[in-house]
Amino acid sequence: MLTLLSDPQALADLLGTSLRLAVPIAFAAIGGVISERSGVFNVALEGCILGGAFGAAVGTYLFGTPVAGLALAVVVALIAGLILAGLAVGLAINQLVAGIAINILMLGMTSYLARLILGADATTTMPGFEPFALPGLSAIPFFGPILFDVDVLTYALYLLVPFCWWAIYRTPWGLSLRAIGDYPVAADSAGISVPKVRTFAVLISCALAGMGGAYIVLAQVHVFTENMSAGKGFIALAALILGRWNPVGAFLACLFFGFSDALQLRLQFSAPDVPYQLFSMVPFVASFLALVVFAGKVRPPAAIGTRYIRGGK
Amino acid sequence: MTNLVRYLFLLRPVWAVLMALIVGSGLILLAGVSPLGAYGELFRGAFLDYWGLAGTLVKTSPILLAGLAVILPLRAGLLNIGAEGQIYMGALFSAAAALYLPQMPTFLALPICVLAGALGGGLWGMIPGYFKAYHGLNEVILTILMNFIAINLVSYVAGGPMMQAGAPYPYSEEIRPSLWLPIILPQTDAHAGVVIGVALAMIMYFVLRYSTTGFALDTIGRNVNAARYAGVPVRPYLVGVMFVAGALGGLAGAFEVLGVKYRLYHHFSPGFGFDGIVVAFLAALNPILAPLAAFFLSGLKAGALVMQRATGLESTVIEAIQGLVIIFVAASLGLKLDAEKWAARLRGRERLDRAVGDTFRKQGAKDADATE
Amino acid sequence: MADNVLSLHGISKLFAGFRALDGVDMSISRGTVHAILGENGAGKTTLMNVLFGLYQPEEGEIRLNGKPVRISSPRQAMTMGIGMIHQHFMLVDSLTVAENVALGLPGQGLSLDLDRIAARLAELSHEYGFDIDPHEVVWKLPIGMRQRVEILKVLFRDAEVVIFDEPTSVLAPNEIASFLDGLRRLRAAGRTVLFITHKLDEVEAVADDVTIMQHGKVSARMKVAQTDARDMARKMVGREVVHDRMDKGDIAPGAPILQVSDLVVEDARGIEAVKGVTLSVRAGEVLGVAGVDGNGQAELANAIVGLLAPKSGSVLVDDADVTSASVHVRRQRHRVSYVPEDRHHTGLVLDFSIAQNAMLRDFTAAPFSRGGVVQTRTVREKATDWVRRYDVRMRGIDQKVRFLSGGNQQKLIFAREVESDPRVLIVMQPTKGLDVGAIEAVQRTVIAERAAGKAVLYISTELEHILTVADRIAVMCAGEITGVLTPDEVTTERIGALMGGLHEGAEA
Repeated sequence: MLTLLSDPQALADLLGTSLRLAVPIAFAAIGGVISERSGVFNVALEGCILGGAFGAAVGTYLFGTPVAGLALAVVVALIAGLILAGLAVGLAINQLVAGIAINILMLGMTSYLARLILGADATTTMPGFEPFALPGLSAIPFFGPILFDVDVLTYALYLLVPFCWWAIYRTPWGLSLRAIGDYPVAADSAGISVPKVRTFAVLISCALAGMGGAYIVLAQVHVFTENMSAGKGFIALAALILGRWNPVGAFLACLFFGFSDALQLRLQFSAPDVPYQLFSMVPFVASFLALVVFAGKVRPPAAIGTRYIRGGK
Repeated sequence: MTNLVRYLFLLRPVWAVLMALIVGSGLILLAGVSPLGAYGELFRGAFLDYWGLAGTLVKTSPILLAGLAVILPLRAGLLNIGAEGQIYMGALFSAAAALYLPQMPTFLALPICVLAGALGGGLWGMIPGYFKAYHGLNEVILTILMNFIAINLVSYVAGGPMMQAGAPYPYSEEIRPSLWLPIILPQTDAHAGVVIGVALAMIMYFVLRYSTTGFALDTIGRNVNAARYAGVPVRPYLVGVMFVAGALGGLAGAFEVLGVKYRLYHHFSPGFGFDGIVVAFLAALNPILAPLAAFFLSGLKAGALVMQRATGLESTVIEAIQGLVIIFVAASLGLKLDAEKWAARLRGRERLDRAVGDTFRKQGAKDADATE
Repeated sequence: MADNVLSLHGISKLFAGFRALDGVDMSISRGTVHAILGENGAGKTTLMNVLFGLYQPEEGEIRLNGKPVRISSPRQAMTMGIGMIHQHFMLVDSLTVAENVALGLPGQGLSLDLDRIAARLAELSHEYGFDIDPHEVVWKLPIGMRQRVEILKVLFRDAEVVIFDEPTSVLAPNEIASFLDGLRRLRAAGRTVLFITHKLDEVEAVADDVTIMQHGKVSARMKVAQTDARDMARKMVGREVVHDRMDKGDIAPGAPILQVSDLVVEDARGIEAVKGVTLSVRAGEVLGVAGVDGNGQAELANAIVGLLAPKSGSVLVDDADVTSASVHVRRQRHRVSYVPEDRHHTGLVLDFSIAQNAMLRDFTAAPFSRGGVVQTRTVREKATDWVRRYDVRMRGIDQKVRFLSGGNQQKLIFAREVESDPRVLIVMQPTKGLDVGAIEAVQRTVIAERAAGKAVLYISTELEHILTVADRIAVMCAGEITGVLTPDEVTTERIGALMGGLHEGAEA
C-alpha cells in the first residue's frame, strides 16, 4: 500500500485501472439514474450489460468491426429495454419482478446464442476500440495519460456525464422526468404522457447499460464469456443511490467502486498469500456498506417503484 | 361460460410455459435440430427413465426449497433474490457442523447438521431483512450483493481454512457416511431432501392459509398501513420472515452438502437460488404448487444433458427457455380477470344469439345464470 | 341566445354499468362565474374530468364556442383553453413554482428557460395580487399559496375557461374570502369560471349562474340572483333540509375515559404537527374536533391509537397510561377503537374479502382465532351477522371490499370498530365521500355509542356534521386547540376565528 503512494508510476497504473473498471458500471449507473428519475427501478441493468457484451461480441465477430459490435450491443440492450418497458410500464407489473425476469432471460439467451453463433471461436480475441491520446490534454503531467489516452467509449462517457446532467436539470424533458418520478399525477394533468416518458427513459437506460457491456468486450477483454456482467449491474444500482440519483454523483460513486476493484486486483498480486476470494468480495462489500452507511440519508424519487394507471385507485 | 374463462385464466402459468416452449422451439430450429425430437429426448431423459428421474429429484430438492424461500417473503411483499447466497451459507454452516462437531450418535448429529444449515441461511437472510425493515433499504439490491459476498466467502473457506490438503481445487474433507442423507430411490443419488421439501411446502401452505401468521403476512403484503392499523408488528415480522426464508435456502444448501456432494465445494450451486424465483412465479406464489413447478424445472435441467448427448443441441438452450418461462409468467401476471366484463361480453353474445336465433342459446343462458 | 363559451348536450358516463353521469345538459355563458352544486356522489367531479379530457363520455356532445369538440386528453383540453384546478393540487413538491408552471408547457425549446417563465409569472402574480415568489420550492408554501400557484399555472396557459373542483375545502375561513376575491378578479379579466362546490354560501357570494346536480343528472339551472340558499339546498338534496340536530337524548356524561395531556407529535418529516394538545373525553360524551384539514388532526388521532409515537406528553385510557403501548395492546387490552380517515389507505385491505376485513383488527384474539389458527367459521358467522345489522350492501361476504361503495365500506369499518365493544371510539373524517343516507347511518351509530357510555372523539372538517353529534367542540389550528365551544355557542364568526388560529383558551 505505502509503496504504491511513493511510486508515481504504480499509482498511475492503479488509477488507470480504476477508471477502466469504473467505465462499464458508470454507463449502467447513469442509465439507471435516468430510469429511476422517471420512477422505474431498473434492476435489469445487469441483463442489459450482459446483452450489450453479447451484442458487441457477435456484431464484431460477424462484421469484423467493433463499430458493428457497438451497434448490435445497443440493439440487444434496447430489446431488453422494450421488454422491461412492456412489462413494467405497459402491463404495470411489479418493476422489480420484471427486471429480475429480464436478467434471467438475458443470461439464458446470451449463453445459448453465444455458443450457437460464436461456437469454437468464442475464445479468440476480437478487434476492439484502441486507446488514442488527445493532443494537448494527454500532455498534462500525471493525469493526462490516465484520463486522455483512452478509447472512444471512455471519451463518450466524459461527454455523457455533463450531457445527462444538463438533460435532467436544464431541459423541459428533464423537468418532465423529475416530475414523473416524484408525482406522476401532476405530470399527467399537465399534459405529459407518463407511459411515453417512462418508456423512453427505460430504453435510454438500457441502451446505456448495453454500451457499458460493449465496453467490457470491445475495450477490456475482447472475448465474450457466459455471465460476464458478473454483478456489475447491481453495483451500478448501488452507485446511483450513493450518487443521489444525480449523473455526476453516480459517476463519482462508480469511480470509487472502480478504485476499490482496482485495489483488490493489485492486492491479489502483491499479497499472494491472502486468498484471492477475499479480495473479489471487496466491490460487493463496499457497495453493501455504502448502502447501509448512507441508509436513510438519501431520498429516492418519491414515486419510484409505483405503477401509474390514470384514474386508478 | 364465465366459469370456463375463469379456469383458462387460472391456468395462466401453464399457458406461459407452453408459449415458452413454442418460442424455444424457434431457438432449437436455429441450431438445425428438430424441436419435437429435442423435447422428446428431454422429457424422456428427465421423467421416463429411472436414473433420469432420480437426477430430476436430486435437482428438485434445492430448487423447491429455494422456491419456498422466495414465495414466503413475497407474501409479505419482500422480493428475496438472495436464496443463492442463503444456499451457500447453509452449506457452509452445515459442512462445518458435520466436520468439526464432536462425534455424536447419528440421530442427534444429522438433525444438528441440517439445522446448522438452516441457521446459517437464516442469519444470512435476516441481515437484509433487518435493513429493509428498520432502514428502508431495497431488499432486492441488498440480497443480490449478499449473494456475491456469500459465494466468495464459501469459495475462500473451501479453498482456505477448510480445504482438504492436496486437493486440486477448493473443496473440503469428505463428511463421514453416517451423516449422509438417506437415499429414497435405491442405487441412485436421489436423497430425502426432496421429501422434506415437499413436507415443508405443505406445512407452508397450511400456515399461510389457516394461521394468524399467514393472515398477518398477507395483510402486510397487500396493505402495510392496514397491517399496522391491525396491530401487526410489521418490522419484526419482516425480519422474521426473512429469517425463515433464509433458513429454507440454508436447508437447500445443507442438503446439497449432506445429500449429494458430501463435501463443501466452491461454486457448487449452478444458480439454484435464481431457479427458485422462476418456481415462485410458476407456482403463482402458492406453496402447494411449488413442488410441481420445481419438479418440472428440474426435469428441464436434468433432461438437458440427455438431450445434448442425443441430438447435439447445446444444453444451454434450457437456460434460454427458462428465461422465456419467467418472462411469459411475469407478463401473464399483468392480465386481470375482469369477471364482470366477461359476463357482460357473454351476455352481449346471448343477445346476438337471440337476434339471429342460435340453437345453443338455452345452454348459454343457463351458464350465465349460474355465475351471477 | 346568450354567448355560450361551453355547452354540453346529453353527456353520459358509465362506470362498470353504473351511470355516473346520465344525460347532462348544461350551458355556460362567457365571462361568468358558473357554480355546479351537488352533494358527494352527484357526479360533479366526473363531469369535470370529462371536460378536462381525463374521462371520455359514452354518449353526448361537448361544444366549445359553438363547435363540437372531442377532448381526448388534459393536454388537448389545455390547448383548447380549458384549465383545471383539482381538489388535490397537481403540484410537484420538490420543484419550484416556476418549474411547476414550466412542466408540460408547450412551445418550449430544447433548453429550459426558467428566467423568462419566472418574469412572466411575476407579472401575472402582480396583476392578480397573488404575491408569489416564482423561485420558491412548492413544499415550503402554505396551502392557500399553493392554490394560487395552481391558478397561475392555468392563467399562464391563457385558459379561457377555468374549472375549480371543490376549491375551498382545503382553505381556512380567512383564506376563503381572498380566494373568492380571486374568482371575481378572474371574471373581471374576462375569463369564464366553473366552480364545483357543495357550499351554498359560496355560490351565493360569487356565482352568476348555478347548475344543480343530483344522482348524475341536472336537477335545476338558475340565475343565482333569482333564488336563495334554501331553494338551492332543496334542489340539491331533493327534499327539505333539516338543519336541526339529531335527537341525541340527554345523557349525563360519566367519568373521564380518554385523557390526553400536553401531547406533542411529529409528522413523517419531523415537523411538530401536534403542539401540546390537552383534552379529555368522558363516558357518554362526544367531543368533536373541528378544523381545516392538515392542522394536526390526523397526527393527534394516530398518536392516541398508537400508530405514531408522541415526542412528549401522555395518553391515558381509564387512568392507565398507554402512551408507549402498541396498537395491539391499546386495541385488545384498553379497547381503543379507531375509524381512520382513509378507508383505502389504512382502514381496509381492498383485496381482502368482507369476512377477512371483518377480522382485520382482532384476528389474533378469540373468537376469531384460537392457538394461532383462524376460526374461519366464526369469522364468517360474525361477518354475516354484521353486514346484516349494519346494512352493508354486497353480493356475499366473500366479495372483495374493493367492489363495495364508499358508504358500504365505511359501514363495514364501523361494524368492526363498534362490535369490539370499545371504551374509546375515535372517528376521523367518517363522512368523507359518503352520500346522505350513509352519513345518517354513520351519525346514528356514533350517537348510539354515546348512549352506550363510550367516549367518542369525532374529528371532522365538516362543521355541520360535528354540530349534529358533538356535546363539545374543540377547534384545532396549526397543531393546537384554539378553543372549546358547546354547540349553542357556535357562530360562524367565532368558529372561523378559532380555525384561523385566534386563541380563546386551550384545553378540551
